[in-house]
Amino acid sequence: MSGTWLTTRAWLLMLPLLIVMIAVIGWPMMDTVRLSFTDSKLVGTQGSFVGLDNYVRMLSSTNFTRTLVTTLWFALISVTAEMVIGVLAALLLNQEFYGRTVLRALMILPWALPTIVNATLWRLIYNPEYGALNAALTQIGLLDAYRSWLGEPATAMIALIAADCWKNFPLVALIALAALQAVPRDIVSASLVDGANAWNRFRYVVLPYLAGPLVVALVLRTIEAFKVFDIIWVMTRGGPANSTRTLSILVYQEAFSFQRAGSGASLALIVTLMVTLLAIAYGTVVKKFAGSAA
Amino acid sequence: MKTIKKTLLGAALITASLSSHALAETKINALFMAQAAYSEADVRAMAEAFTKANPDIAVNLEFVPYEGLHDKTVLAQGSGGGYDVVLFDVIWPAEYAANNVLVDVSSKITDDMKKGVLPGAWTTVQYDAKYYGMPWILDTKYLFYNKEMLEKAGIKAPPKTWDELTEQAKIIKDKGLAQTPIAWSWSQAEAAICDYTTLVSAYGGEFLKDGKPAFAQGGGLDALKYMVTSYKSGLTNPNSKEFLEEDVRKVFQNGDAAFALNWTYMYNMANDPKDSKVAGKVGVVPAPGVAGGHDVSAVNGSMGLGVTSASKHPDEAWKFITFMTSQKVQNDYAKLSLPIWSSSYEDPAVTKGQEELIAAAKRSLAAMYPRPTTPTYQELSTALQQAIQESLLGQSSPEDALKTAADNSGL
Amino acid sequence: MAQRSLAASIAIYAAALLLALVVLAPIVWLFVMSISPAADLAAKPLHWWPETVDFSRYGVLLSSVPNSAGAAFVASLYNSLIVAGSASVIAILIAIPAGWAVSRTPSIGWSLGIVIGTYMLPPVALAVPLYMALAYLGLLNSLLGLTLVYLTILAPFTTWLMKSGFDGIPRELEAAAMLDGAGLFTTLRIITLPLALPVMGTSALFAFLLAWDEFFYALLFTSDQRAKTLTVAIADLAGGRVSDYGLIATAGVLAALPPVLVGLLMQRVLISGLTNGGVKG
Repeated sequence: MSGTWLTTRAWLLMLPLLIVMIAVIGWPMMDTVRLSFTDSKLVGTQGSFVGLDNYVRMLSSTNFTRTLVTTLWFALISVTAEMVIGVLAALLLNQEFYGRTVLRALMILPWALPTIVNATLWRLIYNPEYGALNAALTQIGLLDAYRSWLGEPATAMIALIAADCWKNFPLVALIALAALQAVPRDIVSASLVDGANAWNRFRYVVLPYLAGPLVVALVLRTIEAFKVFDIIWVMTRGGPANSTRTLSILVYQEAFSFQRAGSGASLALIVTLMVTLLAIAYGTVVKKFAGSAA
Repeated sequence: MKTIKKTLLGAALITASLSSHALAETKINALFMAQAAYSEADVRAMAEAFTKANPDIAVNLEFVPYEGLHDKTVLAQGSGGGYDVVLFDVIWPAEYAANNVLVDVSSKITDDMKKGVLPGAWTTVQYDAKYYGMPWILDTKYLFYNKEMLEKAGIKAPPKTWDELTEQAKIIKDKGLAQTPIAWSWSQAEAAICDYTTLVSAYGGEFLKDGKPAFAQGGGLDALKYMVTSYKSGLTNPNSKEFLEEDVRKVFQNGDAAFALNWTYMYNMANDPKDSKVAGKVGVVPAPGVAGGHDVSAVNGSMGLGVTSASKHPDEAWKFITFMTSQKVQNDYAKLSLPIWSSSYEDPAVTKGQEELIAAAKRSLAAMYPRPTTPTYQELSTALQQAIQESLLGQSSPEDALKTAADNSGL
Repeated sequence: MAQRSLAASIAIYAAALLLALVVLAPIVWLFVMSISPAADLAAKPLHWWPETVDFSRYGVLLSSVPNSAGAAFVASLYNSLIVAGSASVIAILIAIPAGWAVSRTPSIGWSLGIVIGTYMLPPVALAVPLYMALAYLGLLNSLLGLTLVYLTILAPFTTWLMKSGFDGIPRELEAAAMLDGAGLFTTLRIITLPLALPVMGTSALFAFLLAWDEFFYALLFTSDQRAKTLTVAIADLAGGRVSDYGLIATAGVLAALPPVLVGLLMQRVLISGLTNGGVKG
């Protein structure tokens, strides 16, 4: 069979996928680009061409810069925490102890809990008057009086990150654990004989096995954290004083609450561009790691 | 899993059996909120009564929290078979009219309706001299107080001015009757604007002058300053900044607050011994005024029912609305929301058992102050919410916060 | 393995206990809230375990009385099942030929790169045109419309998983069958697909879980019982619709049950699916 026939056949087999992708992603994406240069409303009148107005207005508003910083902050802290706690948990689960199998199985629970349920659950836990966190901390004596966790900008962000981290660190842990189990035992014992200390053993023997999968997890988690909407929507709606408002929430407000499809689209494209840059930057790193891990 | 399967099967069977009822010729979809005013159970009961009286019309009810009401209505506009009837807040007719969300029903408002309904209620559904629906919930924020706490503190009468409220709250706090005596709904939401507007009306402030923001000076500024002072003094429950109305109710009926600003519905709910620890001790008066200014203050928090322009059954929808807003139905369910009909307030069947509320309503409803009427209200409100929260959190002075809000108001 | 010192053992058990507590406590509390009377949940100090266990809320939510809060909840449960189920099936049907083609024809591998790249697009970037298109087609607030939209998320993801699955099946097996005279589709049907069954199952499960979890599109594109999914129904409950925290918790437990069961039962499969895809993708 000739090479061209094989290629043609492959494209034919891809056809259903391509049609779907163009219909539900490609075309909407192009239309978003078109809308972003107009002053269209969401429903009703077709807008007229306004050039770069929307972009200029969005990029120069203080709301945008503030929200961008909030989003980056959320992504940076939550992903870092998830990676660190996840790897620590994996190292622990790789040790031998009674109940290890059960504990490993339990790790899937937070990850399986739907995001909305997770957000709702933590909102109840953080409730300032009747929440379990206030109750637990005062009963142990760590807190004198009940606090408004989601009502203060500083604690609201930390509370959100904690909730997000609780749901996502187990996934990192399970991926890392699977990688750890691939580390050949004799290499570890050899390094013990050589007298390597725990840190060096982790750094030079174990980490190379972890690096590949972890970087992939890191990329996925960062992109998701950058796009975050649902957990914040349910827990704070961007409050207090917009201190937890992320880019996705800002786009929702602009395009749907205020019904300005045009400027909403331009804002959405700015966000898209940022995620793309982020992904490309990561992609370069992934390639490097994939090369060294193989 | 089995029970779920069974239930799903059951649900499917019921849906099937319902659709085989040949009687229901038309199905209309109605969007309501479940939060303050009529309870979900009340609305469902009313709709059931309607279907009984009109077996050829079936009504599908959809409930969302207030926070979702506006966006849901707007988003459903795009769908051909969306809602036929929507509940709308007094602040939305301008925007809905500009975007052609609601049908102009001016021609359907009868003289009997015009005569019978309280004049203040009509402002809820009017924009540009046109009617966009029927008023349904006639509501404002009242000052609720815990009678037992006031008595123990030796306070004879509830506060008549906002300064008096501060003094009385201080006495109650000092005597250890409540740690933080006043509860408000100051979450970053429309609820905070309602509390703010109540204070703006007391201090004689204005939102807009000649279409431009005017809330950064005078009464608008005084209102926010009062909120900030009350918050910083420790007399206001600091958690108020993440409360919505239902949180305020919970705190009040748990006996953790001496004073609370809330809608009509809290009166009978907090007086229900089944859920409330303060049943029988609930006092209600109009929100206070300012010495030398208005006697009482009030925000127009009324809501109306309208027919959407996307509706394929506008006549059935209007029939449903006239039923829901009829005097009989409103009198029958007058415990959580008071009728729009003026003669109801003299009807013993309505007033019985809630004389105190009716007395407060008569004064408050006459003093209702509107939030601004503008097609870009959502932006104005969003900017104001941020200003209120920034001031409470001390991130910004009330003066600066309101100036920024005026700049970001889209006006 | 070297013998562990007593101190190290204690440290490990303490850490394991802490981890178990962190993972379990919130979930257990969700369940406890769902069976506690409302008064216990508003008590100060808080009651950590109810004096009388109250399962009545499950009855309320799973009730099938027409025109009740329960019927509305059951309808959303049904909608979630239908949408997540059919979107997963369609996604897999699309992903099988596409995944196989990319796996066997490296020269078009770049196209998969683009397809996977779309996974990182924020939904807000597609939402406005999708909204307008669904409105134009009359597919807002319909299960079909939402199913189609979910393909934006599911199709790239399942194709990626299927491709790495096919990569693990030796080409030599297919080549041998072809030598024996079998055509392409026969070969796929007899040789490849049976071997790919596990990975098909994993992909479908992942797709189902993703769709079950989705909130943003459902929030925008559905408005009532005819299409509203579970996630939106729960957000409505939590957003101030009900003041009984126990009822919110009950809805949470019910929504979490299917994915949690899947997670517990299929853990090994899910993790290996993720790591395989992760490393090779």
